[in-house]
Amino acid sequence: MAVTSSGTAVVTLPADDQILIKRQFAAPKHLVYKALTTPELVKRWWSSDYGDMTVADIDLRVGGKWRYAMVTKDGDEVAFHGEYREIVPNERIVSTEAYEGAPDADANAAVNTVTLTEADGATILTVLVQCPTKDVRDVIIDSGMEVGMQKAYDYLEKVAVSFI
Amino acid sequence: MHCMARAATTADAFNAVAEPRRCQILDALAGGERPVNDLVERLGLAQPQVSKHLRVLREVGLVEVREEGRQRMYRLNGRPLKPIHDWVKDYERSWSRRFDRLDVVLEELKEKEDGEGGSDE
Repeated sequence: MAVTSSGTAVVTLPADDQILIKRQFAAPKHLVYKALTTPELVKRWWSSDYGDMTVADIDLRVGGKWRYAMVTKDGDEVAFHGEYREIVPNERIVSTEAYEGAPDADANAAVNTVTLTEADGATILTVLVQCPTKDVRDVIIDSGMEVGMQKAYDYLEKVAVSFI
Repeated sequence: MHCMARAATTADAFNAVAEPRRCQILDALAGGERPVNDLVERLGLAQPQVSKHLRVLREVGLVEVREEGRQRMYRLNGRPLKPIHDWVKDYERSWSRRFDRLDVVLEELKEKEDGEGGSDE
């Protein structure tokens, strides 16, 4: 899982309170940045096939707020919001993210660091989800696991063959 | 960064894996089945300690044992770790679907930029 191939998102768990998502895109980074920060473009991809995106508010400045909402096929609204903490155009966005359906959503907000790195016209996008505590990360993945996530993950590499 | 829920029933296995000595045992067993003497030698621990760790690993199902003559042979079983493997794979698939849509948006942006001759390179 260390190898990133274009077209496939790779998820790793670098620490007990982190999730890392990585994906390569066949486009220069300024266009990836544009697609990540322009409301009408975000509306076209963010909700994936889970539902229609109804809100994409982006106040792209440090201290500015964002809010995304979608309506699922079952008619439920799923919404997230947060605040921008750091913005380096075309390279890096640090923002908080709270899931509005969670208790104490803002207190338990994650901090997401989006990084864009360009090489040979392709862009590697990484999203590092930093949870405030290991417990919150465990809630996010709803696993009930207390410790040892990363170790467990390391072993998955070695023992994956035994799952087949 | 929408996260999925998945119930796990094997928290003990993850806890068992977190202990450094047990990690070493699992590392050794990742290379193949081994007798306990071999593990004692590799870890540089006394046999009772190795046996204690092996017992914990057996209790959570991460290690299996069989008798071969007078030897007890230990091997790794990754199945108790499968819930996290499944979760990561589900999460990856959900992001991949989202990013597939982003690919379409990016193709359009590239075409538009080429059409305008407005590349800033």
